[in-house]
Parts: sequence; C-alpha cells; structure tokens
Amino acid sequence: MFTKLTVPIGKAVRALMRLRGGGSALPGLIVERLDPDFVKRTLIDLPHGVVLVSGTNGKTTTTKMVVSLLESAGLKVFTNRTGSNFVRGVAAALVKDVDLTGHLDADVAVLELDEAHAVRFIEVIKPRTSLLLNVMRDQLDRFGEIDSTARLLTTVAQATSRNVILNREDPRIRDIAKQLSDSQNITYFGLSDIVRANFPNDDDIHSLRLVEQQNLPEASVLLMGYGDGEATLSINQQIYTTKLKIRGIYNVFNAAAAVATVRAVLGDDTSNADLINSLSNVTPAFGRGETLIIDHQPLELVLVKNPSGFRLSLQSFDPTNYATMIAINDNYADGRDMSWLWDVEFDSLTEEGVAMVTGVRAYDMALRLQYDEITVDKVDPDIDSALKQFVKSNRSKPKRIYCTYTAMLAIRKSLRRLTKVEIVS
Amino acid sequence: MTNREITIVHLYPEKMNIYGDNGNVLVLKRRLEWHGYEPHVIDYNVGDAFPEHVDILVGGGGQDSGQISIHDDLMKVGPRLQELADHDTPMLLVCGLYQLFGKFFKTADGTNLKGIGIFDIETHATNERLIGNVISHNDTFGDIIGYENHSGQTYLGERAQPFARVKKGAGNNSQDKHEGARYRNVIGTYLHGSLLPKNPRIADFMIEIAVRKRYGDFSPQVIDDLFADLARDVASQRPR
Repeated sequence: MFTKLTVPIGKAVRALMRLRGGGSALPGLIVERLDPDFVKRTLIDLPHGVVLVSGTNGKTTTTKMVVSLLESAGLKVFTNRTGSNFVRGVAAALVKDVDLTGHLDADVAVLELDEAHAVRFIEVIKPRTSLLLNVMRDQLDRFGEIDSTARLLTTVAQATSRNVILNREDPRIRDIAKQLSDSQNITYFGLSDIVRANFPNDDDIHSLRLVEQQNLPEASVLLMGYGDGEATLSINQQIYTTKLKIRGIYNVFNAAAAVATVRAVLGDDTSNADLINSLSNVTPAFGRGETLIIDHQPLELVLVKNPSGFRLSLQSFDPTNYATMIAINDNYADGRDMSWLWDVEFDSLTEEGVAMVTGVRAYDMALRLQYDEITVDKVDPDIDSALKQFVKSNRSKPKRIYCTYTAMLAIRKSLRRLTKVEIVS
Repeated sequence: MTNREITIVHLYPEKMNIYGDNGNVLVLKRRLEWHGYEPHVIDYNVGDAFPEHVDILVGGGGQDSGQISIHDDLMKVGPRLQELADHDTPMLLVCGLYQLFGKFFKTADGTNLKGIGIFDIETHATNERLIGNVISHNDTFGDIIGYENHSGQTYLGERAQPFARVKKGAGNNSQDKHEGARYRNVIGTYLHGSLLPKNPRIADFMIEIAVRKRYGDFSPQVIDDLFADLARDVASQRPR
C-alpha cells in the first residue's frame, strides 16, 4: 500500500527542491527511507538489465559513450547522468524518470558507480553486464590501497549475472577473470603493441617504464591506432577507422571499452559498421575536455584527478601557441594528498611554460613545476582573480586549463560571471 | 667544483613506490645539480646487483603485496644496508620501507614479516587507517610538513630515537605522538606528500652529509625556496 505513494512523494520532493534552485539527492534519500525496494523493483524487469561501469578513470565519458551507442541502436536507456554515482543518486534519477505508477520506460539502465558505491549497489540489484575499466592510485586516502580497490571490483564482477568486460592491459583488472565462474561471459578490450606504450597502467607509471606483460588473453576489441581526431579499432579482427568528437587519447581507449560493452549487451549480430558510425557522433561529457569560446578564442577545460589522467592529458594536447593554466584544489572530492603531482612529468610544458597556477594548492603545483625547471609566470591561489588575469593577459591566444574537480566547478562559475559562455563541444 | 658525482640509490622503485616517492628522488637530484654536483640515480630492484658505491639511499612505501614481493631480496641485502647505515650514509625510508627497516611487521593475517632491524621498532597491522595532513617537529629541521596514510602502527623500542614529535596528525601510532625514527643519518618516517619538496632542509641535510663524506667539503649555492615556504604555509592550515 505504502509503495504506491513512493513515486508521487519522491516527485513532489524533487519539484520542491527544484523550486528552491538546484538538484539534489534528497528525493533519493526520502524514497530510500519510505521504500527500500524502490530501486530494485524499478530496474529488475528491464529487458537488457543493468550495465554497471566502474574503475578509476574514464567512467563518465565511457558511460556516456555506452549510452549513446545503445540509443543509436534503438534502445531506450536510463542513466545517472549528473554524476550522482551512488545508490541514492540512482534513486533520485529514477524518481525523475519513472511515471506516476512507478514504471520506468526503458530497455536498459547504464550506471556509472565508483568502486565503493558499486559494491553497495550490487547488494540492491545484480547487474547483467559490468564494464571494469582500470585501477589507478586515485584518492588512495579514500579507498586505502589499490589492491583493495581491485578486490572491490572483483566482488562486482562476481555478482554480475552475464557479461563481464575487462581491460586486458591492466593486470589488476585482467586477473579478475581468474575468480569468475564458467557461466559468465568474459570479454576483453585492449591495445595493439604499437599504441600500448602511450597508455601506461598503474605499474608502468610507478616504475617509470613499461612492465612486460605475458600471456595476454585475446581481446574482442583492440585499439590499433589514433591521431588527428581519428581512431582505428579492430573488432573481431575486422579493422575500422572513424573520426571522433571526443578529445584526449585516454578517451579513445575508452571508446574501445564502450564498443566491447555494447556488443556484449546487444549480442554478436550487432552491425559493427553502425556501431562505429554512432561512435563518431558522441560528444564529450561535462567538463571533460570541453571547449568554450571567450574573446573569440577557444578555452579548453581539462579535468585531471590522478597521475595517469594528468599524464595522458599532457600527452593528448599540444601546448604550442597555447596559454596554459593549472588549477589544483585539495578538497575532499579532489583528494587531500598532494603526492600525486610528483608522479606526473611536466616536461611537455617546458617550451611554452605555464602562464598561471591557481587553486588552494597553487604553491604545491608551482613547487612541482620548479623541480621540472618549468617557467611559471604567475601564481595566485584565488581562482576568480587568477582566471581574470589569465584571460586578460592572453586575449589573442587559445587557452587551456588543467583543473581538479572542485577547481573546475569554481572555474565554470567564474567564467559565467566573466562573460557569456558559449559551449561549442 | 665540476664533475663531482653523487650516487643516489632508489630502493625498489618498481614495488615500493606508492605515494609520489619519485618526488623525493627528484628533489635530491635537482638540488644536487643546483648546488653544483652531478647526481647519478640508480634504481635498485629485486634481483639486481647491489650498487658498489652508495652516497644517498631513498626508499618508499608500497602495498602489502609489494612488501611481500621484495621481502626475500631485502633480507639478502640487509647486511649491506646495515653496513652503509653504520658508516653514516644518509638514507630516507618512507612508510613501507620504514617499517621493514625495523624489527618486524605483523600483518593483518598474523604473518610476522621480519625486518632488517636497522631501527629498533616494531609495527603491527590494525583496522584503523591513519590518514591526513601532518605537522611534526624536530629541533634540527623545525616543523616538518607532510601527509600520512597507513594502517600499520609502529612502536619504538628502547634503543630507538624518534625522528620528530607530532603537532598535528597521528605519526607512528595513535598513542605516543612519536613520528618516524632516526639511526645515525638514517631517517624513517610515515610522511609523504612528497616529503622532501616541502621540507628542503631535510634534503639539504642529506646532500651535505653525502658530499662531505665523499669529497671532504661542501659549498652550497643559494636555492630559491619561496614556493616551498608558501606551500608549507598553506599545507599547515589545511584540514586534517
């Protein structure tokens, strides 16, 4: 009797919250309290089940790619779009999308969950498909050691009823296969020998060289090459080359992960040519490599949150003729420990230097650059004033800002005040 | 002045290198260059031939699995490390290798991982993770700024000297306010962040000892440590 009221109450709370301005997970909290089975009941009958995406790097962009590809294939997809990647956030997103009787009009749910929340989520409902991207030392202050993070993902894989998609280039992800059962369908995505050197895994980064990999399993989707906004994938030994709107070489590898996942969900009779065609139309997720126009010049925001991501970003973007700013905060969402900056090499910025360093930990960043002997024009920990100066002294140049998560939020807010911001991609 | 080489040995960079330990090596390397010396960094990994000559040695933290995989090799080179320590070689051991430079590390499953005993300390795995910004104090180096993240808790034996006293944070354990240990010129600590960038006095102390030991005299250059000073100020005001 009570459960009939869950959705109307949740929706009412959501409407009230929106009147006050801004979204919130509060409707999710209330629904969770009133009706603990709401999430399970709503998701359990989806024809293609739940697809769970987890790992340290690339969850948001990869989730977005999986959603786009499934939609292009004609499926109705439910997803937790706003980065509310925890059970309550999923509940809040569901409240918005279900009709008043509590029915969700969708064929499949694609959910991005971080490692710790994924483990809680599988207690609510078991995913039919899991995509596990990588384990990097990100926010170790939150999860402890990376081996324990890998154990969390193993638990998620074991709870998956059908398809488990694994990154064969990450030894901690690859080894999860050893602990799965014969009834599970395991698929790998990977890199060709030629491109592998550009995608160091966590062990490679920390020993500063490529650690040799032996007896790699066969990958159903392989990234063969990339460059100039193009990528070449091998899908079951067939080669496809496509243009991509998504920037950054790490996202190109995520594209291989997304293709492998969608093929597992839809089955092998999927048209690869159609998949590749849809892939070329996917646009970047919020704040991750997006470009704005300010004073007729492009300004790129690049989110960096751990050493591997920062390294790959520096490799992805050519600093020539660009003005570069770096914004480092150490709030809870960014991670409080600054050690990670010392696992990134900044040599690629030597020639052009860095025009501005900002954020709560601006001086930590400036200190890091000093030891790579890179010129820093200005340091100002105040993001508002740093951004103003940066834009003013580089009017005629394209600009690029590397920023941690909360620094990115502050920069977007500040940009909106500074000028009318037009988002081009 | 020119071509005076100093050899830095980085102990187990492949397996024991978790929280920006490369930063400590980089700071020693650059400051040696800025002081007018020629640093030569040797990575020592499991199974390698141990370098003939060592002026400075640095070792970092690792996962439990990393500690186990280097253990046999560490036992083998232990006597050589003890000899270097007894001869006043400056060394910095952070977190995991600090623990294994002690008497033993009792892991969560009750295994007793023997250490090489340069420090008279013992470490016990606990369920409590000590995480956050730390300020400690040492009379020679002043305030030491860093970050800790460990669940092993370390206790000093009778012969052990603490490296510093904790002003904010936990340090060796959640009780006695000791941070790290010191034996001759060997420093063991839980602090990373990385440690040496924000504590250049410790880096210069290690450099001065190494240079004097090898060449008799040391003539330092003035290094601009303004960013380090400002980064220290900010770090010491951040929440735990």
